Amino acid sequence: MVDQLLANSDLIAHGMEWTTKEGFVYPNEFIYWSIQIVLYPYMTGLVAGAFVLSSLYHVFGQEDLKDMARFSLVFSLACLPVAMMPLLMHLQQPFRGMEVLFTPHFTSAISAFGIIFTTYSIIVLSEIWFVYRVYFVEQINALKGKKDLVSSFMRTLYIILALGAYDLSNEAVAIDKKAVKILAGIGIPVACFLHGYAGFIFGSVKANALWMSPLMPVIFIMSAVVSGIALCMLTYIIIMEWKKFTTTLAKGRGDESVQLIKGAEVDVIHKTSRYLIGFLIAAITLELLDQIFRGYTAMKSWDILRSVMYGKDFVNIFILQYLFGNLVPFIMLLIPKASIKRTSVALALILFGVFMMRWNVVIGGQAFSLSFDGFMHYSMPIIPHSMETFKEGLFGALLVGATPFILFWLLNKVIPSLHFTKK
Amino acid sequence: MSCSRRDFLKKGLVGGAVAASLPLSSFKFLTPAEAKSAVGDPAVRWGFLVDTYKCTGCGFCVKACKKENDVPYDLPITRTWVERYVITKDDETHVDSPNGDRDGFKDTKIDGKTIDPKDISKAFFVPKLCNQCDNPACVQVCPVGASYQTQDGVVLVDRKWCIGCGYCIMACPYGVRFFHPVYKVADKCTFCYHRISKGMKTACVDACPFGARQIGDLKNPDDPVTKAILTERVAVLKDEYGTKPQVFYIGLDENVR
Amino acid sequence: MRNHVLRPLFAALALVALILTARQLMVPSDFGVHGDSFTYNFYRADSVNDWKKFPVSYKGREYCAECHEDNTESITKSKHAIIQCENCHGPAMQHPDNPEALTINRSRDLCLRCHLDLPYPGSQRGELPAIDPNDHNPEQECVECHNPHNPNLEDME
Repeated sequence: MVDQLLANSDLIAHGMEWTTKEGFVYPNEFIYWSIQIVLYPYMTGLVAGAFVLSSLYHVFGQEDLKDMARFSLVFSLACLPVAMMPLLMHLQQPFRGMEVLFTPHFTSAISAFGIIFTTYSIIVLSEIWFVYRVYFVEQINALKGKKDLVSSFMRTLYIILALGAYDLSNEAVAIDKKAVKILAGIGIPVACFLHGYAGFIFGSVKANALWMSPLMPVIFIMSAVVSGIALCMLTYIIIMEWKKFTTTLAKGRGDESVQLIKGAEVDVIHKTSRYLIGFLIAAITLELLDQIFRGYTAMKSWDILRSVMYGKDFVNIFILQYLFGNLVPFIMLLIPKASIKRTSVALALILFGVFMMRWNVVIGGQAFSLSFDGFMHYSMPIIPHSMETFKEGLFGALLVGATPFILFWLLNKVIPSLHFTKK
Repeated sequence: MSCSRRDFLKKGLVGGAVAASLPLSSFKFLTPAEAKSAVGDPAVRWGFLVDTYKCTGCGFCVKACKKENDVPYDLPITRTWVERYVITKDDETHVDSPNGDRDGFKDTKIDGKTIDPKDISKAFFVPKLCNQCDNPACVQVCPVGASYQTQDGVVLVDRKWCIGCGYCIMACPYGVRFFHPVYKVADKCTFCYHRISKGMKTACVDACPFGARQIGDLKNPDDPVTKAILTERVAVLKDEYGTKPQVFYIGLDENVR
Repeated sequence: MRNHVLRPLFAALALVALILTARQLMVPSDFGVHGDSFTYNFYRADSVNDWKKFPVSYKGREYCAECHEDNTESITKSKHAIIQCENCHGPAMQHPDNPEALTINRSRDLCLRCHLDLPYPGSQRGELPAIDPNDHNPEQECVECHNPHNPNLEDME
């Protein structure tokens, strides 16, 4: 049987279809890590960011984030599988993925994924349970008399979800709140760790001249916080604008409450963008330090790194990532009296800049050969003609990108997070 | 607890799929004695010697390796390959390895460039294969223990356990690893473990007409390979990575990548 | 209901117990550290046997000599004695059970692996007898004039 498979003329070596070689490249070298591995650190960064934002309310009691906290907590649950999805889609043997939990080889950075991811999932799920327990019990009571299929199904579901904890006394609810606070506090470092170790995966590969740097995990955490805050701010703006819009429809443009919402929105955005700028400065400083150090020490690999950075990938690195992804939004945020519109554009650019940073690390790190004498170019498969080109191409990436929104929609059927408290 | 329940179901499903995808034979339980005898003889340490003066670039080694080890013949991936280096008098280095030298070097041109024989200051061939490092970076990074070093020093991949993440491929500084398109796992030179464990030589060593490739036991001082390594001037590839390669080269030039 | 706060923890513990049980069932018992180092020797011991069981394809000259004594003897007297039978005749794996599986390569390309003129100083290649395939009877197969088992030019017919 193997003979037949080997003789199959349609056989394709992994990476062959999207890699073009130039100069002297070893025969087995291809772009083995493609778009899914670009998405993986990008998505985990966003998850961590969303969780951190919800924790700001629960731990530090930022009252103006109350509506956002529920939303971002449920959104970070919807994003959870997406941190794992790119990895599973990238595996050649996805069904063996569980082995990471069964026989973890702890000298490998990837082996920690199973344990950190499970821990983080448990924290997020427990926190949601405490936040929604009261709601579960209320629903169980509300659906009691109804006989239709949907209602009885939902009631059964809520009974299972409530885990038999029906106590709605003030004491019990207070305990819930305290537990949420503790879990959110533990969650912050775990979320950062979940992301920092993604940087370690790359930084510890000594064979790759671009990746190997002890700064890599720190750079990854910084840019994750940047992208996380940016996404949350952007979502916050969208929700507040929507809220403003519905209030305007209901009460008219000149109503006091519209002005109130607007004032609160601008205030929160201004406060948060100060943190964003701070983390952005830290991220850029570290990246520049890394580059300057490489150029100054000029190890053997510098010649080829230079020709990638200042030649082949110049547009990706200096124009798209640093100029449009960092410098332009940085200036836009620094100029006083930032309008909501301007801030939104800056935030979108920052999200794009962080994505380009991931791209330039993952794809850029494979743009040169281990021989230091040749280059590889990645052309992302657009129209898939096989499972492989689907998974490692545009549509695979879009699937990963769309999943959190589909999950979020499904989750909201059970744990609604978009009903805002009326003031 | 919605959550743990959901996880429970999900993991159960994945677990079932794992069970279904693995042949039963991989769960054969060995007695401790059997396991001990299975892992290789610690009294042996396999090593390799390449004489770059003797190599003529005929590529019979590459052909034999691909056929012996079921590496798809017409794909560019290969467990061993031969590089051609031509250094001209203006100190330019020209390198190529068309198809990994599976069919020999059929062209006097290198990478499309014609080089006048009068301009050549030195030229030679360098066979490459897995270095079976003493400190294999590829094994260190395997997240599930599917890549390992046997007691006799050969680095192997467990085809029934590899998840195909590609981290080992990234970690190898020599580019000897690739994904096997049929088994969908990482693949690499095994020093023909099925041959050397039967007292045979590797397929590439047997196929080489010029004796440019030799395999031997580095723990045996009377082995010709050990003797040559001890008495002659040999070098290894990319020792700056600290991987301690166990493939030694006679006449290794500074221009070799 | 005082301790309802611990319920998610129990659920988490149940999950961990489930993973550990699954691990017990899924992981072969010979998986472990077989040697000095967890870094390099953590694996499934039987995997080594899997590799040992891999079939041998190239059997070597002695195997061919068992039946084809005349041919193996003639080549060992010639300059081509250093070339293994299977380099040109293909791996003997299924031979003699399935004679068709043995594909003899008589092409010009095969000879050119060594005899294409590559005048490389410092390499044994430069010392081999060599031709420029564009000048040297381009349309003919080498084996029409040269006997690969006895390539001596004086013995040529």
